Order: sequence, then C-alpha cells, then structure tokens
Amino acid sequence: MDAAATYNYTVVRQFTIMTVVWGIVGMAVGVLIAAQLVWPALNFDVPFLTYSRLRPLHTNAVIFAFGGCALFATSLYVVQRTCQTRLISDGLAAFVFWGWQLVIVLAALTLPFGITTSKEYAELEWPIDILIAVVWVAYAILFFGTLVKRRTPHIYVANWFYGAFILTVAILHIVNSAALPVSLTKSYSVYPGAIDAMVQWWYGHNAVGFFLTAGFLGMMYYFVPKQAGRPVYSYRLSVVHFWALISLYMWAGPHHLHYTALPDWTQSLGMLFSLMLLAPSWGGMINGIMTLSGAWHKLRTDPILRFMIVSLSFYGMSTFEGPMMSIKTVNALSHYTDWTIGHVHSGALGWVALVSIGCVYALIPALFNRQIWSTRLIEVHFWTSTIGIVLYIASMWIAGVMQGLMWRAVNEDGTLTYSFVEVLARMYPYYEVRFLGGLVFLLGMVVMAWNVWKTLSGAEKPVAATAPQAA
Amino acid sequence: MDLLTTIRSVFTVLMFVSFVGIVLWAWSARSRRRFDEAAALPFADEERARASSAAPRR
Repeated sequence: MDAAATYNYTVVRQFTIMTVVWGIVGMAVGVLIAAQLVWPALNFDVPFLTYSRLRPLHTNAVIFAFGGCALFATSLYVVQRTCQTRLISDGLAAFVFWGWQLVIVLAALTLPFGITTSKEYAELEWPIDILIAVVWVAYAILFFGTLVKRRTPHIYVANWFYGAFILTVAILHIVNSAALPVSLTKSYSVYPGAIDAMVQWWYGHNAVGFFLTAGFLGMMYYFVPKQAGRPVYSYRLSVVHFWALISLYMWAGPHHLHYTALPDWTQSLGMLFSLMLLAPSWGGMINGIMTLSGAWHKLRTDPILRFMIVSLSFYGMSTFEGPMMSIKTVNALSHYTDWTIGHVHSGALGWVALVSIGCVYALIPALFNRQIWSTRLIEVHFWTSTIGIVLYIASMWIAGVMQGLMWRAVNEDGTLTYSFVEVLARMYPYYEVRFLGGLVFLLGMVVMAWNVWKTLSGAEKPVAATAPQAA
Repeated sequence: MDLLTTIRSVFTVLMFVSFVGIVLWAWSARSRRRFDEAAALPFADEERARASSAAPRR
C-alpha cells in the first residue's frame, strides 16, 4: 500500500515546509529586536522598524506562523496515520493552508504599520480575526470529521490533545476578540476595565496552555514513541495527564495580573491553580521521557530523538519555573522583569521549537520518501539550538533578578535607590549575550533550511522501510 | 450559606469525584486491553501496510 496515495500528504508537506520558512522569518525578527535593545540605532528612525511594532510581529510570527504551521502539519499527519483514513476533504485542507498563510501575510502587513488592538498575542485587528475564526472552524471540521470516519476502534491520545487544542483555541479566540469596530483598521474591546484584563489573560494563558502546550503534547505523544520505536511509557498516565491538564489550565490566567485591580481572591485562585499544574505537567514530561526506558542508547545515535527528549526536559524546567513565578511573593520580584522573557523562551525555544524541529526532521523522510541529506547537520543544529537557548535564558534570568532587586531597593528615607535608567544601563552585557544566544539559535534554523533544501532537491533516495531503522 | 456558595461547593466536590473516577477508570483492569491496543496505534498502519504489500522477504 502506498501511504502517499492513501493519505493527504500534500497539505502536511506544505505546512511542514512553511514551518521552516516562518521559523526563520519569526526568529530573524526576534534577533533584530534583541539587537535593537543593545544598539537602539538599529531602528533607523523608521516607524515600522521600531521595537514596539516589530515585537508583536516577532511573537505572532513565531507562535502562530512557525508554531501554528508545525501544529497544522503534525496534527493533520497524526490524525490520518492513527485513524488509518484520509482527511475528509482535500479542498478544505487546501483552504486551511492558504487561509492560514493569508492570515500570516496580513499580520506581517498590518503590525509594522501600527494597526493593532494592543492585546498581547491577540494584536490582529477585527477583519483578520474574522478570517482566523473562519479558517479555524474549517480546520476543526477537517480534523474532527476525519476522527469521526476513522477505521480504528480507538482515538489515540495524541488526537485527544490536538482536539482539545483546536476546540479551546476556537473558544478563546472568539471570546477574546469580541470587539466593536469603528473603522476597517480600528476596534475596541467589548469588555470594560478589569474584566477586559481578565478576559485577555484568560485568553493569553490558555494560548500558552492549549496552543503552546496541549497541541505540542499531541506531537510528543505521537512522534516520541514513533521515533523511539516503542509505545508510550504509560497509556493510563497519558489519560489522567490529559484530563488533569485541560481542567487545570483554564483557571491559571489570573497569575498574569498579580497586584493589579483584579480582585484579590481571583489572583489567589490563579496562583493556586498554577501551582497545581505542576502535577500534570510533570506527569506528561515523565511519560514522554520514560518512553525511552530501556532504549536510552538510541539517544547516542539519533539526533532527532535527542531534540525531542531535550525538549521534554525544557518542558519540565519551564513548567516548574512557571508555577514558582505564579506565587505572589515571587511574582512581586519577577513580574515586568526580563526573568519573564527568560521563562517564556525556555518554554518557547526549549520546548515548542525543539519538539517542532524534531518532528519536522522525523516528518520529511516519511512525507517525501527520501532520507535526510545530512544527519551530521542535524547534530550541528541540535548543538547550536541547545547552546543558543542556554545563553538566552541564563542571561535573562540574571538580568531579570537583578532588575527586580534594583527596582525594589529603597533608601532609608523611602526614596528609590536606583532610577530606571541606572538599572537599564546595567543590562547591556546581558542583552548582548541574549542577542548572541538568539543569533546562534537562528543559525541552527538556517542550517536546517539548508539541510531540508538539499534533501528535497537531491536525487530521490527511498527510505528502505516505513518503520524507523532500529538504531 | 447562600445558594451560590452551595453551588460552588457542590461543583468542587463533583470535580474531585470525577478526577478520582478518571484515575480509577484508567487503572482498572478492564481498561488495560483497550489502552494497550490504543497505545499501539502509531505503529498499526505500518503493519497493515506491510501485510497488504507483497512481502516476499517475510
């Protein structure tokens, strides 16, 4: 049976290639704005190159373009392979691909011109929001429709995570984007004051919980067992992991609003749920890593598996750090500092990007029926990524804690010890290291693009078997 | 105790009971076979492909 004839691989191939492309674009913008923080002249006094306009472009590009394409590619691949059936509609699949690319292009056109709702991670204005909702509903029909006509008796756990991600992101996006348009490019949120803030961070934290976690856990539950050549460590743990994770994440949002006008009890509730999240997060991490139990030697020879296992380690680290930072007294030190930036990137680069990269390397041979051009370059990519992340997060931790301590320092008469600019001046070395870390990570992505290019342009070297080679 | 507080308490207990229920269900002997089958799904379509293609080596 020819897998490519049975399954719709076209849409998966398209999204996989665009994952690499948008990854480079989004991360390049990130490196540019990191450089601007060290050398402010790099905005060239051009309004659309200023930090304030490029920063949302960076976050949107890496989360929704790079991460989004990786999620579309893997979910549409996994649902077909584990349900042993083709997607319900090729036309709908093409619509989802081109619709999502249109959303990304529109974001890249509007954000630099300052067209924004100013809601973090939901900056896009209302016409684009409507387009996102339409594309997303099409995606949901495509995914759940394929689940319905599956030829297997069970729904594999990865699909549960993908399903929760698709359903929840639809609800989050539609509720948080409710706005009153005043012109084609300007709208105002329908929610007032503190309620608007709460809705925004209910959305914002669940974007982390469902877009950047549940979806990528779906990847993990398919590709880690696949690459390791053995079933997941504990299927029953994965079931408990799923229900615990999705029921707890919903309530953690208020930790983004500690010490604000949000009612005190809501803040405490958010903190408590964030702390409880440690349990399912680590349950999932352990389940993924322990899948290798008895096959640890594969890590020595398989750099793709190494990407996945290191990503799980970063997932464990950042899901430990997150609950700690949600404790109100810790948050009093960490909030608004670069510690937060370090935390986000340990999750975004360490977990989301590494697992996506591992999955892209695992997908390409299966999708194009040829071997990766150079395994050595995957090794190079692995090490550049890891070194880049360590430079990035270590510098941001130090910078953040230093900022927090300097901002709260007071003299005996109650005046502040340091002015804001004095603190800023001390940040230069750390911002330089951060820029370097980001640059090194980006270089790894370029190596990946080159490797993928050579793989696709080279002569077809059919993979011997569909199953991964044992060691 | 006003009605809203009662509803909240009942909801909390319900959530706890359903969590315990999920754990008991997941660890019950009856789920074991179904879970084993489900856990093998990432590899199942390859075996099917190998079985249906003419495989002289096997």
